[in-house]
Amino acid sequence: MAQTLDHDGTSGAALDPRLPAPHRIARVRDETGDSFTLEIEPMSGAGRFSFLPGQFNMLYVFGVGEVPISISGDPLAQEPLQHTTRAVGAVTKAMRRLKRGDTIGIRGPFGAHWPIADIEGRDVVIVAGGVGLAPLRPALCQLLANREKYRRIVLVYGARAPEDILFRSELERWRDKFDLEVYITVDRASADWRGNVGVVSTLIAHAPFDPSNATAFVCGPEVMMRFAVMELHTRGVPADRTYLYMERNMKCAIGFCGHCQYGPFFICKDGPIFRFDRIEAIFGKAEI
Amino acid sequence: MTAKPLHVDDQVVVDCQHLAQLFESLKKHGYQVIGPTIRDGAILNDTLNSPEDLPSGWTDEQDAGEYRLAPCKDEAPSSYVSGGRVYFTISALARRKGEALFGYAVGPQSWKKYLHPAVSRLWSATSANRNDAGFQVETEKEETPRYAFIGVRSCDLHAIAAQDRIFMGGRFVNPVYKSRRENLFIVAINCGRAGGTCFCASMNTGPKATSGYDIALTEILKDDQHYFLADIGTTLGAGIMGEIPHRPAGKIDTENAGHVMAETARQMGRTMDTKGIKELLYRNHDHPRWDNVASRCLTCANCTMVCPTCFCTTVEDVTDLTGEHAERWRKWDSCFTMDFSYINGGSVRASARSRYRQWMTHKLASWIDQFGGSGCVGCGRCITWCPVGIDITEEVRAIRETETTRVATGLKKKKAI
Amino acid sequence: MIRTLEPIIRKQPFFQGLEDRHIAFVASCARNSRFEEGQVIFREGEAANEFYLIREGLVSIEAIVPHKGSMTVQTAGANEMLGWSWLFPPYRWRFQARTQKATRVLAFDGKCLRDKCEEDHDLGYELLKRFSRVITERLEATRVQLLDMYGTNP
Repeated sequence: MAQTLDHDGTSGAALDPRLPAPHRIARVRDETGDSFTLEIEPMSGAGRFSFLPGQFNMLYVFGVGEVPISISGDPLAQEPLQHTTRAVGAVTKAMRRLKRGDTIGIRGPFGAHWPIADIEGRDVVIVAGGVGLAPLRPALCQLLANREKYRRIVLVYGARAPEDILFRSELERWRDKFDLEVYITVDRASADWRGNVGVVSTLIAHAPFDPSNATAFVCGPEVMMRFAVMELHTRGVPADRTYLYMERNMKCAIGFCGHCQYGPFFICKDGPIFRFDRIEAIFGKAEI
Repeated sequence: MTAKPLHVDDQVVVDCQHLAQLFESLKKHGYQVIGPTIRDGAILNDTLNSPEDLPSGWTDEQDAGEYRLAPCKDEAPSSYVSGGRVYFTISALARRKGEALFGYAVGPQSWKKYLHPAVSRLWSATSANRNDAGFQVETEKEETPRYAFIGVRSCDLHAIAAQDRIFMGGRFVNPVYKSRRENLFIVAINCGRAGGTCFCASMNTGPKATSGYDIALTEILKDDQHYFLADIGTTLGAGIMGEIPHRPAGKIDTENAGHVMAETARQMGRTMDTKGIKELLYRNHDHPRWDNVASRCLTCANCTMVCPTCFCTTVEDVTDLTGEHAERWRKWDSCFTMDFSYINGGSVRASARSRYRQWMTHKLASWIDQFGGSGCVGCGRCITWCPVGIDITEEVRAIRETETTRVATGLKKKKAI
Repeated sequence: MIRTLEPIIRKQPFFQGLEDRHIAFVASCARNSRFEEGQVIFREGEAANEFYLIREGLVSIEAIVPHKGSMTVQTAGANEMLGWSWLFPPYRWRFQARTQKATRVLAFDGKCLRDKCEEDHDLGYELLKRFSRVITERLEATRVQLLDMYGTNP
């Protein structure tokens, strides 16, 4: 659970979590639709940015603003730091226009992480919806890097349409290279789509995993997570082996501004990843 | 002046005429003395030079949605008998001789504006050129003010303790709050009368100050005397008190103070039943009372501004016209605003109903899970300063009394309202 | 042929809980069938007198949209039921079903079962109970698809 902000260009001391640390954009890559990935490097001389799968950073575009974006890269690889998100607001649109060599501010990493260490020997069911696959990608990277520690690993992924499937070629590569079962469905098909059409929950109903032993990680729009959780429950995956990724308005990410409260929880420090039994009582309640 | 050094928990008596020396001593030690004073038709907190700036002889009349100042007058009973003893009310005592310096309750401002400033700059940054070849972030090098608060009520002591837990008790520490807090000197006052909307007694946050102060004063006016019984709370307080003329407290003095406190507790007009309140509010998420209060609530956010424990803030990133200089400012925010819960194109809490419910549930229930105690200190400010007079104690009572219970057939049966 | 299908039908989750005599009757209306990749199982407008339990494969349920061709609205895979237009007049398919890959099914004679259900209301009730479940699940799924939860303005 503990994370150390141990990257600093100079002294190695923990940074003030209120101050964005300047980093360099290595690359801005368009993904699908309006989603894009930032590849970020530390300023010269600074150490590698370390994080746990599921954590997020507050990314600051100079003079524009700051937003929370989950880290979508491989926590174990020697590669630039990656964030994948959609360009839907002023800050993310400005972010998408950044170029190689531009500066971006980072505060973080913050938040609870996917409990990879706790699930060895189990089946793992990853349920993703839309851009919700981004915060799950680091978990997949880490699971596949130690593939022998887990039994079946199943990815169930729902996207809006075939052209919105995120990391599509990578998923196909993983499916071929590792022992990873990938089930993709879309809400609406295009003329040339070969594959499932329908909602993610239908896929969960038929996915091959053992509910008595499986742990589920779920991330996507809240309504999608609701139906996914219902279906997981129907199949017999209990609430204490289901993890969700919750989202609320966030300003400070360090538990002071009060914006991210979800019932009694602060999403920035108690979440965003929650074991479902912890939030079961408030999940799905309107306007909470 | 006695030569004997003072210790924590000592009790001494300071004559009213020597109170000015407390101010001088504090100023000599580099403190900026902040306390109640009359301004804009209310009793607000501001920098004080001497006890002359205190609203002596004034009191306040508070009720739901109402606040006015009035001179201490003799409409209140001058004395009453209880348990064979005669007690004198403070307003009557004030009329008799001298005028009470602290004969009022809390005003619209709490002390949070000094410890948790309403507007502050978090950092500024300069970009090397317009095309953003890099930026340098500079922290704020603010000089930490040294405040001495005079006249902190017990409810507000608990509120400060609550904000201590939020800003200093977790994994991350708010450095602005912490440095101001560490340089703070608190002179508490034990309330001589209950305000019209107070309910600290039922929240176990008063009226007597029990901890969190350097010195706590109880104002006594009796016969020809006007003095303060002072409780020493810390060695810092002992040091300051040592510089002011005082004498050890006698049995009569502590008895007088006891009478004053008992009377204040007796006067409290409102109560909050806190038994099982957390579970009560958690399970009544859909209670129709929320619709009722929503029909009255203007979502004006007054309650969050005057509440001494409300701490929510927002951040604003600004830049100058050249685009080379950027700053981040932090400002007080309120969960009553539409923007507060905005994500992905809409607000999670769009209705007034959900926002009032969020505030009240957070204050009285979720706060307990988050910080180990209630967020409400019973100061009554939200009741007084609500333009439509919504009373948080009444809302809790209504929910408690009209909770629906399911009977065996699965039908809901309402208890009589 | 009839004998060998009874055990297969008995094992299907869809038919769990049916009495033996009903299983026997259902089996008597059933046959194995297989389709190649890209084969049309039934077309929109045709008489709907059969329904299918997919044993293996993937089937697209399509609507024909002028100048767009056939649009897949949902897919059905292994262990899912396909087709309910045989239940209600006018007994005509409203959508088209086409396989995405080689698909094996159990095909049931809908007309035969319909007639039998009119006689044996117990069987009718049991089948309708199970079919309503399928239909409500598809309806719920369709509603969620309509929510367009991953859309550009979520």
